[in-house]
Amino acid sequence: MTAATTIPEGALAPPGGPKRTLAQALGWAAFALVLAWAWKGADMRPLDLWKDSGNMRIFLAEFFPPDFREWRSYLREMVVTLHIAVWGTVLAVICAVPFGLLSSSNIVPVWVYQPVRRLMDACRAINEMVFAMLFIVAVGLGPFAGVMALWIHTTGTLAKLFSEAVEAIDPRPVEGVRATGASALEEILYGVIPQVMPLWISYSLYRFESNVRSASVVGMVGAGGIGVILYEVIRGFEYAQTCAVMLIIITFVSTIDLVSARFRKLFI
Amino acid sequence: MANGAALSIAALSKSFGAPQRALSEVTLEMAPGEMVALIGASGSGKSTLLRHISGFVEGDAGSGGVRVGASLMQDKGRVARDIRRLRAEVGFVFQQFNLVGRLTVMTNVLMGQLPRIPAWRSLLGRFTRAERAEAWHAMRSVGIEKLAWQRASTLSGGQQQRVAIARALVQRARIILADEPIASLDPESARNVMEILARINREQGITVLVSLHQVQFARRYCTRTVALRLGEVVYDGPSADLDATMLRRLYGAAVEEMLDGTETIDAVLNDPVVAEGLARAAASA
Repeated sequence: MTAATTIPEGALAPPGGPKRTLAQALGWAAFALVLAWAWKGADMRPLDLWKDSGNMRIFLAEFFPPDFREWRSYLREMVVTLHIAVWGTVLAVICAVPFGLLSSSNIVPVWVYQPVRRLMDACRAINEMVFAMLFIVAVGLGPFAGVMALWIHTTGTLAKLFSEAVEAIDPRPVEGVRATGASALEEILYGVIPQVMPLWISYSLYRFESNVRSASVVGMVGAGGIGVILYEVIRGFEYAQTCAVMLIIITFVSTIDLVSARFRKLFI
Repeated sequence: MANGAALSIAALSKSFGAPQRALSEVTLEMAPGEMVALIGASGSGKSTLLRHISGFVEGDAGSGGVRVGASLMQDKGRVARDIRRLRAEVGFVFQQFNLVGRLTVMTNVLMGQLPRIPAWRSLLGRFTRAERAEAWHAMRSVGIEKLAWQRASTLSGGQQQRVAIARALVQRARIILADEPIASLDPESARNVMEILARINREQGITVLVSLHQVQFARRYCTRTVALRLGEVVYDGPSADLDATMLRRLYGAAVEEMLDGTETIDAVLNDPVVAEGLARAAASA
């Protein structure tokens, strides 16, 4: 510090430069502190991986070879998982259209879009698993609880994505429709929807992809599908079967990701 | 007489918060079937005036009424309660065409029917054979019927502007407001669009109020011109009297912007060789 004060004024570096470096250094220091602090909380024990590597090897060996004897029931439940994802996504898309429009600042006044946005935040903030556990209480064990859980969570996500697309539209075509004497609803249908359609389709397909992944997890709390089987085989220490179930999930999810990604490219 | 007029504006003022008013006591009356040019440098209030007539913008609280035919569009700074339906009587042609680019030309033109058809049909996008026929007829009258099933975004500027005019025709509007309809077009398309506006005015008796940046187009297509400067009507009379001397008196130094390119464009328009070449190029394209 004393060194800095002795430098004559004329020799100072351009303003902003050194200050930014100091801010950067502070930022990195803060980041390091957070990491160190979180180390304890997260109970990080990387050495155990090496120390218990023998156990790990035995544990992993139990996964192979995978046991596909029950493959019929795995496939049947995997298809149920897809059904859950399809219905959860379709219902969410249907709800996200009005909710998305109602959370767009260029469509509705502030006293409408602010409350609707907060409602969508709430739908999105809570994980599908939590919703699934709640709906199991409400509608009983089974796939329908999974559909409900995906539906609510996905509505929150899609409504936000949909409204962001709506807020980015070109206002001039909308004004063109308005000039013909169209009603407010016609203005949205003919001026707004055509502009956002490609993005909306792309977002919906993407959410279907992620819902196939989520649907296999919501099953673990009892909401139907392959997740139920996965949970049972893990609890029964049937690692060879666990491996088979996981391979089936990986195959399905990857295939759907690939197909859907190919499909989405058509709309952008 | 406000009753018989196609358009009557009484002492309309608008200030957007700035000390300089965007419109200052504008009073204007148009007889049915007239074609009037609205000229002025950029920022003189041409667009603002047209947008007030369609009720897109409200005038100041003390303003007089804006009447289109028998309908009061706005009065004392309040737009009519049923302004959305009243807009059906006013065709609006924009500088940037304002079509929905992802929809077909046909759908863009059919939109002119929206106020007339039952809501359930417009929301399902169902148009009857007769409605399609009317749209087709309007497209033919502006020469774009061959493009009916193309997406509007694939058309050239001149073609898009003709789609916008067809949309106004399908509206069955008795008055068309054109806000700098040729400012974004090349000279040939500009001439073409002005010819179409003049023709529908002449043949169908539709009243046309067209704002223009360049005076020579006003002189060529409109017998009457209204000139704005800083939101005030500074001239309202025969276009023929608007010679360079008159314009210099009205606008001073700003006149250069409005006469800019006059000689070149006039030369292009009047040169038979150039016109023939352009026609041949258009035919081969």
